Amino acid sequence: MELLLLLTLPVAGAAVLGVIGADRRAPEINALFSLGTFLAACALVVRVIRHGDLLLGSEQFFIDPFNVFLVALTAFVGLTTSLFSRPYMRVELEHGRLTAGRLRLYHSMYQLFMFTMLLALTTNNMGLMWVAMEGATLSTVLLVTLYRTPGSLEAGWKYFILCGVGIAQALFGTILLYVAAGKVLGAQGMTALLWTHLDAVKGQLEPTVLALAFVFLLIGYGTKVGLVPLHSWLPDAHAEGPTPISAVLSGLLLNVALYAVVRSKVLVAGSLHSELPSMMLMGFGLLSVVLASLLLWRQRDIKRLFAYSSIEHMGIATFAFGMGGPIANFAALLHMTVHSLTKSSIFFTAGHAAQKTGTQLIDGIRGLITLSPSVGWGLMLGSLAILGVPPFGVFTSEFLILTTAMRTQPWATPILLAGLAVAFAAIFSKVQPMVFGETTGRRLPHPPALLPVFAHLAIVLLLGLYIPPYLADWYRAAAHLIGGP
Amino acid sequence: MTHLSLYQQLLDACAALLLLLSFAMLSQRRVVTLVNLYAVQGAVLAAATLLLAWRTGEGHLYLSAALTLALKVALLPWLLHRLIRRLEVYWDTEPLLNVSGTMLVGLVVVVFAFALAQPITRVTSTATRSAIGIAVSVVLLAFLMMITRRKAMSQVVGFLSMENGVFFGAMSASYGMPMVVELGVALDVLVAVLVLGVFFFQIRERFESLDLHHLESLKEHE
Repeated sequence: MELLLLLTLPVAGAAVLGVIGADRRAPEINALFSLGTFLAACALVVRVIRHGDLLLGSEQFFIDPFNVFLVALTAFVGLTTSLFSRPYMRVELEHGRLTAGRLRLYHSMYQLFMFTMLLALTTNNMGLMWVAMEGATLSTVLLVTLYRTPGSLEAGWKYFILCGVGIAQALFGTILLYVAAGKVLGAQGMTALLWTHLDAVKGQLEPTVLALAFVFLLIGYGTKVGLVPLHSWLPDAHAEGPTPISAVLSGLLLNVALYAVVRSKVLVAGSLHSELPSMMLMGFGLLSVVLASLLLWRQRDIKRLFAYSSIEHMGIATFAFGMGGPIANFAALLHMTVHSLTKSSIFFTAGHAAQKTGTQLIDGIRGLITLSPSVGWGLMLGSLAILGVPPFGVFTSEFLILTTAMRTQPWATPILLAGLAVAFAAIFSKVQPMVFGETTGRRLPHPPALLPVFAHLAIVLLLGLYIPPYLADWYRAAAHLIGGP
Repeated sequence: MTHLSLYQQLLDACAALLLLLSFAMLSQRRVVTLVNLYAVQGAVLAAATLLLAWRTGEGHLYLSAALTLALKVALLPWLLHRLIRRLEVYWDTEPLLNVSGTMLVGLVVVVFAFALAQPITRVTSTATRSAIGIAVSVVLLAFLMMITRRKAMSQVVGFLSMENGVFFGAMSASYGMPMVVELGVALDVLVAVLVLGVFFFQIRERFESLDLHHLESLKEHE
């Protein structure tokens, strides 16, 4: 029931907004549907906490602690982003960057995008997961090109082709999985792609085929996670699309793609009994951290800056999943949560800053603290949080990942530390003048509504100071599911 | 030499045709002909599926053959042709760099694909072992085509051809995928082409051309 609501509400929202999305009240309707989805997600969480894993819809849907926490996170950020987008997109409309017709497309696709992500998270069928991931790309391509500027068209084309090609590799990987499973499960039918069935027989699956499948799946879904060297679509799409879309791409889509990678890893690691999947995840993760932190120095656009920071943080989480084991998995899950909340709040403030100053160039944004104290403080606190300054939650997860790396993969620790230090210096040196620099601008009369920003940052702060026991149990259960190296 | 059944020979012939068509696409300059080649590839794919369906007597394979026929031979080429007409890129050709060089790279790619397919062929119990190598080749050749082309339309045909290769791989390795998944994939491909249609108009409206060298300005700043 909860699941049905969770999946049908966004679809209904997309249909309704497809008709009346150009209406004056459309942003409120968008937020209302997102609120409904969030409530359904909460109900689902309560049910999973009470009754344990769920297998629904003739086994096509599977909810366990690992994905239910991502479902809740996705629905929550979906809700806050819709709240943020309400005034933000109105201003864009007033500035003439958009037409009412495009706003209709925006609202409808926003809901459809939520649907594809929730479907990808809840489905038990690896094939359907692929379909949903491709759907997530398709529903956002036209959102990235919403402003129809040359830059946004280029970004949209890159996004489409790179993720399309990547996801075709993932389809091939899925087929290989099916071939290997068909041999063991016998029936050439429905069950051979169901994750729960695959998980049950993973020890008997042909290792060579599974290794090959994993390479294809990692390349395919890894493109979407933004792992270096498959990342080149990510900064463009984040910088050129409207800010609410940057926030959900960075905060949610990357998580969902990483989820797909981790699900695949669980199967393959169980079959291979070798280090291959772990080593690949750690390698890709470290490469992303190092390269992204170096590229941070060269950024001149505020949204590109934080897009590269997303690549870096996804690299950290991927590395942690690669190490495996209860603590690293726990930390990686926590990192996914806090990164998603912090990064989306940063994009909210960056969007406001760009809207107020009329430019996305870092050199053009100065003295936010005088222009609008709440935007200035929001950007500063968000940046500090994402850089891993205690007591924010990112510090906790990065600390856990680093200490685990010292124990199990000592060779990687200096690389990881160097990457974090470089990223710290790069981001801080760019954010500091944006917030405290000299400005000739006058203080804006009305403070912008930044409730979502501070709500996100408060949760991140809370997670850094104190993780409630039921949440810790939940993470632990999920970490246990993902298992060791 | 082992004697191959008629069925086996027919299937191998289909596979060989698919590979040949991939090479033909790789060397084809005209956008319209590319779309036609894609339609022929779809037809061969449908024939191969039908052959498998007839051999194994699995109902869902008939369905899947019909789906391929409807989507890849009729609907998608029609949509693409319509797009070409309306965008007025009918006579578009593209200067290909070094056809013979690309062909040679293609040959290397095929050898590599067969090497890659080795472990998979060992697992499949079906009578279609040589086909898997070809499926992987088709995917990689389509990839090569996407790398070497500059026109948006040719890249899209390359992308669709890649999906054909993946589909043929699924056919020959495991008699297709579950119907839900196949339908979902077909839906995604269809939506992708529709979205691209909209997208092409946006690009043309802005740049008055579908040449991709316009889309290379977002680079890292020095």
